[in-house]
Amino acid sequence: MNKKKDELKQIVNEAIANQEVPHVKLNKIGPDDVDVDKLTKPSKETRQEYWGKGLTYFAIGLIIILVVSIIGFIGAHGLSTFFVDHVNVFHFLTSTDWDPGDGKNHVGAAAMIVTSFAVTLLAALVATPFAIAVALFMTEYTSKKGANFLQSVMELLVGIPSVVYGFLGLTIIVPAIRTIFGGTGFGILAATLVLFVMVLPTITSLTVDALKAIPKHFRQASAALGATHWQTIYKVVLPVATPRILTAVIFGMARAFGEALAVQMVIGNAVLMPQNLISPSATLTSQLTSQMGNTVMGTLPNNALWSLALLLLIMSLVFNFLVRLVGKKGQK
Amino acid sequence: MPKKVVSKLLALLFLILFFVVGCANNSSKITIVGSSAMQLLAEQAGNDYRLSHPNSNIVVQGGGSGTGLSQVQAGAVQIGTSDVYAETQNGINAKKLQDHLIAVVGIVPIVNKDVGIKNLTKAQLRDIFTGKVTNWKEVGGKNEAITVINRSKGSGTRKSFEDLILDNKKAIRSQEQDSNGTVKKIVNSTPGTISYISFPYANDKHIQKISIDHVQPTNKNITTNKWQLWSYEHMYTKKNPDKKTRAFIKYMLGNKVQKDLIPKIGYLSINDMKVIRNSQNKVTKIGNSR
Repeated sequence: MNKKKDELKQIVNEAIANQEVPHVKLNKIGPDDVDVDKLTKPSKETRQEYWGKGLTYFAIGLIIILVVSIIGFIGAHGLSTFFVDHVNVFHFLTSTDWDPGDGKNHVGAAAMIVTSFAVTLLAALVATPFAIAVALFMTEYTSKKGANFLQSVMELLVGIPSVVYGFLGLTIIVPAIRTIFGGTGFGILAATLVLFVMVLPTITSLTVDALKAIPKHFRQASAALGATHWQTIYKVVLPVATPRILTAVIFGMARAFGEALAVQMVIGNAVLMPQNLISPSATLTSQLTSQMGNTVMGTLPNNALWSLALLLLIMSLVFNFLVRLVGKKGQK
Repeated sequence: MPKKVVSKLLALLFLILFFVVGCANNSSKITIVGSSAMQLLAEQAGNDYRLSHPNSNIVVQGGGSGTGLSQVQAGAVQIGTSDVYAETQNGINAKKLQDHLIAVVGIVPIVNKDVGIKNLTKAQLRDIFTGKVTNWKEVGGKNEAITVINRSKGSGTRKSFEDLILDNKKAIRSQEQDSNGTVKKIVNSTPGTISYISFPYANDKHIQKISIDHVQPTNKNITTNKWQLWSYEHMYTKKNPDKKTRAFIKYMLGNKVQKDLIPKIGYLSINDMKVIRNSQNKVTKIGNSR
């Protein structure tokens, strides 16, 4: 111990002797006050570093375990429909006969898959023009104050819980459709209208970001060429922003595809291939929410629901992949 | 400074962890999960029970009959409630469970008022729900298409209805709604609709209750099985439940719940029944022994 202390003193002495510019800290410590313990142990800052690092790694590890176990769990249960209960995958994807309680030949999800996609595409189709119009208004026409106001309105729309949207749909949209078109009013049309309001803010705010990201000199150049404001918008601004607007639409579609509660309340929940926009049908998510309480863990009806969940998981991966793909094309 | 914050955060984390673990280990807790029809009854009974038994802790959750049965079978909860016999559920080993019949609830078909029908035969009802009859005029009503609103597949009410009315024939695929309230609202406002709900929800003059074979849907008719469309409300426990669970079940079967609470909610006391129905839907008269 003493030997080490001496060595350290020597080093400090040498350092003091060798310094070209006087070093405040070294001078202050001096060779006699050298605290060996303090110098040889990790400093407070180092320990903070360890702590911080450890905490980050811990959190990341936890999240990784969580994600892997969620995917693993859904995968294990979802796939056991095919490997344990021997349901044909092709049959699962193409048959419309959904009655898992009756055995493995009655596990066809096609009606739900078609309805899910129909609802998603229609909602995106209806919402996109409105979203682009609102975004253009916010970035091109209105003052900053107006844009801020609209921004907070959009944020408010995002904040409303989906059950409230479903409740509104059930009380207003469904009876309205019933009065206008007949039938019960439940169906794809009602779901589309509810989802339209729900995905509008998502698509709008992302489109606003897309339009804001366009460099000012694009617009200036267009104006210099004598283009009107509107010509600039549809000849320059929109084409340049297209990849990012598409990304916005895909995000909106992902939200519509995954929405369960609001859709379940207005779609009618009949596992039927939709005949038209006002015939009751069921989406993957609505079937999940309405059935999960009535099945027993480990039986075919329960596994079949997990298969629907797996399908949803895969679809969300596809949506993510699409976003990446479109984003990459935009960078070129 | 950040170190202090971190340690505070950690301390908080541990506190929460202990709290959660502590809750889970609370041995005096009775968790009741399952049928939504039973939820209301169990909640109110649980509240009363807590007043007279201050040390008890009763937690009531919904989730559906299937959830209730599988949770009690897995040992995750003390009591699983169900509208159907455990024997009729796939994946449930009824031999490992003990059945406690708590109450009886009637189910009644309802139609939209404009249909103009007050009575149907059992066969007509079956034809409507299996899709054989699609217009109200075929059963003596207006010339109007029939819209069937069914209950969620696997729900207790639907299972009882299909077992008792449809005679193992399959219902047509139609709209499904999973709560009595929603069904009532839809039938109330949509012309030509038919569905069925449990008795406590049917006391509403805006909807038309249907009598079957001219038998009126009343509680009195249920006690003799004259009105056949009813189901038991079960509470399932593991075989040989612990003392606290036994005490609560005893409370549910006691006078206070059976005489006051159950009629107040609109169910029938199990003690009023003059018949008993087993899991194969065989009905026998209760002898003098009871």
